[in-house]
Amino acid sequence: MPSPDDHWLDEEAGPVVRPYALTRGRTRPTGEALDLIAIITAVRGVRPDPSSLGPEHRSVLRMCRLPISVADIASELDLPLGVVRILLGDLSELSLISIHHPIPPARLPDADILKEVVDGLRRL
Amino acid sequence: MAYAGSDRAGGTGRMPVTIKILIAGGFGVGKTTLVGSLTEIRPLRTEEPLSEPGAGVDRLDGVERKTTTTVAMDFGRITIRENLVIYLFGTPGQERFWFMWDELSRGALGAIVLADTRRLADCFPSVDYFEQRGIPFVVGVNCFDGARRYRGETVRSALDLDPRIPVVMCDARQRPSCRDALIALVEHSLQVLRNRTDPANDGDPALTS
Repeated sequence: MPSPDDHWLDEEAGPVVRPYALTRGRTRPTGEALDLIAIITAVRGVRPDPSSLGPEHRSVLRMCRLPISVADIASELDLPLGVVRILLGDLSELSLISIHHPIPPARLPDADILKEVVDGLRRL
Repeated sequence: MAYAGSDRAGGTGRMPVTIKILIAGGFGVGKTTLVGSLTEIRPLRTEEPLSEPGAGVDRLDGVERKTTTTVAMDFGRITIRENLVIYLFGTPGQERFWFMWDELSRGALGAIVLADTRRLADCFPSVDYFEQRGIPFVVGVNCFDGARRYRGETVRSALDLDPRIPVVMCDARQRPSCRDALIALVEHSLQVLRNRTDPANDGDPALTS
């Protein structure tokens, strides 16, 4: 007999599915770890095979029509980061997205960018 | 939110430059307040493997071999201009979430370590963490109502900080004050990066390594 805690309704969120059920139990992405601020862009003109994508893959792909960060995707879709990374790994394997890794601070193209940041912050 | 205006057609347009800044410090020191003063806070959660200290806290019944726990972080974004954006991440304050810090701090421009003078020791672990990894940081003394005010030098000495590390007084509820702390950090990071490029400027291995 199921315990009272086994119900499928979260008190606020309605039906819930354990997050990693969306990733078929996988808890680690296939490729390299994606930085929180890596920028993801859907590749234009590629029609994904409908059978290869779940609804969450499609949601992520829709969000990437314009360049968007990994953190923004997770926050907007209210999915845990780990899940978003796995979904992005799948989309990347299918060549449906391009990934722009952030530039490490030590390799920023020039210090002017940080000066621009300071000036921009002063205007806040 | 997505980035607009990048040149998608030819793939040669400028990709957004994204900068990561961490807001660290002890539990309840005002990290969330600071992020919220600067930008709209957005929730970001991550499912993480259960670490040993947390295993006794999280309920393990009802879910077969639950091995992850949800960690919520504060996350905010400041758009400097199109395609130049700062991301702020409030680091989880409880020590049992420390294992997340390595991932959070990778590629970070720097950190603001918030300190509360009534519980100064709470920020020691953050200071140690960033010092050991050579990640630029400033200490922001969050001036709580009712807390005794100390001079920056007193705090610096209590924290045994390198004299080059800025200590700024701030009020996490006040946007201009938080902005100034952020500016102090970016300017400090710029200086640290310059010194690393040209170690002749600064021979301290703790800062140049």
